[in-house]
Amino acid sequence: MGDGLANTAGHFFVTGDPLIIGSDVAIVLVSLGIVFVLTYFKKWKWLWREWLTTVDHKKIAIMYLLAAILMLFRGGVDAELMRTQLALPNMKFLSPEHYDQIFTTHGTIMILFMAMPFIFAMFNAVVPLQIGARDVAFPYLNAISFWLFFFGALLFNLSFVIGGSPDAGWTSYPPLTELQFDPGVGENYYLLALSISGIGTIATGVNFIATIIKMRAPGMTLMKMPLFTWAVLGTCIIILFVFPVLSVALALLLIDRLFGAHFFTMMYGGNPMQFINLFWIWGHPEVYIAVLPAFGIYSEVVSTFSQKKIFGYKSMVASIMAITIIGNLTWVHHFFTMGAGPAVNTFFSISTMAVAIPTGVKVFNWLMTMYRGRITLSLPMMWALAFIPNFALAGATGVWLAEAPTDYQYHNSYFLVAHFHQALIGGVVYGMLAGMYYWWPKMFGFKLKEKYGKWAFWFFNVGFYVCFMPQYILGLMGMQRRMYTYPADMHWTGLNFVSTIGAYLMGIGFLFIAVQIIHSLLHMEKDLTGDPWGGRTLEWALPSPPPHYNFAVIPHVTARDEWWERKRRGEQDAFLPRPEAIHDIHMPKNSGVPFLMGLCFFIAGFGFTFGWMVVGALGLLGVLACLAHRSLDQHPDHDIPAEEVRRTEAALGRL
Amino acid sequence: MTPRVHANPAFPWSHVIGFALSIVFTLIAFFAVTGHALAHRPLLAVILVLAALQILVQLIFFMHVGQDQKPRYHLWLFGVAMFFFVVFVVSSIWIMTFNTPMS
Repeated sequence: MGDGLANTAGHFFVTGDPLIIGSDVAIVLVSLGIVFVLTYFKKWKWLWREWLTTVDHKKIAIMYLLAAILMLFRGGVDAELMRTQLALPNMKFLSPEHYDQIFTTHGTIMILFMAMPFIFAMFNAVVPLQIGARDVAFPYLNAISFWLFFFGALLFNLSFVIGGSPDAGWTSYPPLTELQFDPGVGENYYLLALSISGIGTIATGVNFIATIIKMRAPGMTLMKMPLFTWAVLGTCIIILFVFPVLSVALALLLIDRLFGAHFFTMMYGGNPMQFINLFWIWGHPEVYIAVLPAFGIYSEVVSTFSQKKIFGYKSMVASIMAITIIGNLTWVHHFFTMGAGPAVNTFFSISTMAVAIPTGVKVFNWLMTMYRGRITLSLPMMWALAFIPNFALAGATGVWLAEAPTDYQYHNSYFLVAHFHQALIGGVVYGMLAGMYYWWPKMFGFKLKEKYGKWAFWFFNVGFYVCFMPQYILGLMGMQRRMYTYPADMHWTGLNFVSTIGAYLMGIGFLFIAVQIIHSLLHMEKDLTGDPWGGRTLEWALPSPPPHYNFAVIPHVTARDEWWERKRRGEQDAFLPRPEAIHDIHMPKNSGVPFLMGLCFFIAGFGFTFGWMVVGALGLLGVLACLAHRSLDQHPDHDIPAEEVRRTEAALGRL
Repeated sequence: MTPRVHANPAFPWSHVIGFALSIVFTLIAFFAVTGHALAHRPLLAVILVLAALQILVQLIFFMHVGQDQKPRYHLWLFGVAMFFFVVFVVSSIWIMTFNTPMS
């Protein structure tokens, strides 16, 4: 009996590999540490009241940001392990199975659990403030979105210690991912975690479209909207149309695995190619979902730190919308080699190249904005400047990959690996870091110190080129992606070794960012102005951080860069509320139900992962109960009395 | 922010009817396929018609299409949605036709 239990536990918990056992110990110690600190400082109630039950977009933004940085760390460790394994030929640092798991979790985490929460952190932190709103359109739904993301990410990461990680690549192609070839729970984790967080993402898309269309301050016409908000609108439109396609593809594959259906099997009428098609209908637009908000951030940062209005505002808006549409029409370039005919490949070749046009327009507009501007080299601007050459290279290699005949040469080689890392790091990560530095004072009320940030910038940038330039050449020399190891006589050793050094440099860069955040927390330099950078848009007219209702009085907008215009005319006081203009403010109540709903989804996901249908069904019943509770709730809102608002504003020195 | 909740909201009949209809259509499609109720081609035609009906149920009972003529952006977003819908479906069929003169 004892042996039987130990055996079961041995299958349930991942054991054996010293790396994983070390991580297990670290996870247990960190969890115990967190519990101890919360109990010792009596912070449990505070955690529940201020964070777990919040529906405030500003706090949700902070939670997204924390999660994104943690996931960047986890995905980054995966990357360092892979590069270590590949540094020299015939390495045995990782076992082949472990290597497969690590490249799968690296890709999935970086795209879905790092890039997505990072952009949502920016959406939540900025959009309501930029458009003069008091929250998003559906704050309760916003909290649900966060907790679905959170518990989806938790479920995915759990696979690392319980049951085993997915190991078929982040694209999870059948037939390899069908039960027949990939038994075990790893792929179930992948399918369920992505499905759960995907529901949250679709809700976020709906939420921000409604917010931007319906909740702009009076006077802010669409063509007076800041470019970041425009980019978010484009992103959310893409989310709304392509994320459901991913949900369907994942659900069908899950039905294949759990219930023995044949949507994507090789026999009985299934067609694995259809999964690949559906996956990339989502997968390619996902790149634009991640990069459009980054483009919006660059527009804000370049304009602010050049002290000039953005060059070609209308063409910027037009190019965002063009990318939104054309970006959804290019997905086949991910599988030119699948064997579709020349007409199909030609069409998608041309549509892919066409995306480069609006993107090029944006790059030239940023350059023209900087031209003859008074440029300040603060951290956000440094990342924006580093982005331009980096992303230009990513775009150029992207156009090469878009040519169907030459793609047969590059397909699935390290050339491709280098290209998409350049697009996603040079485009998205640089943009998110620029946005994080730019809006950090607004989110937290203090600035990040520049010194360690500059070290981070140089380590990360130099590291990037050292890591990925050799990979282009390795790809042309025939090295394929997802290779576990390589023989010594391929002449790949030198370039791989250099690439690994670059990866370590980027890792050091990340550590400097962590040091910078901790150091700035300890030596806090409060931002008392609310406008530390000389900003142009409405969020900088508020104190840092803003009171939880944001605007005591909703402003009337008259110009594109409203706050800049007011400052230019010496009318900053127009944004200070007059006491008699302050009325009761109608706000949503906090609620613990979104958190519980996320937990129920987690239980359901965990149950279905292991094929425990009863547990899964119980989790789903819990979800239904949460939905019913909300439907029957007659008082989800409350009013902040005008007197309290006046007191808060007076305490902020604004009255 | 959330709109204020009405003290006595009317019972949401349209949602309940829509919910029931969408389940009924799904069950018909499911059992028609698993029970091999028809030959291959007529079966395909039936489930495609059911899929189209599902779309109509969603649009009419949940999204209230046609109840509000204004504002214009409803029409715009609906147009974009239909555009993507047609593109994804038609081009998926096109992409998956291997080794035919069409591809």
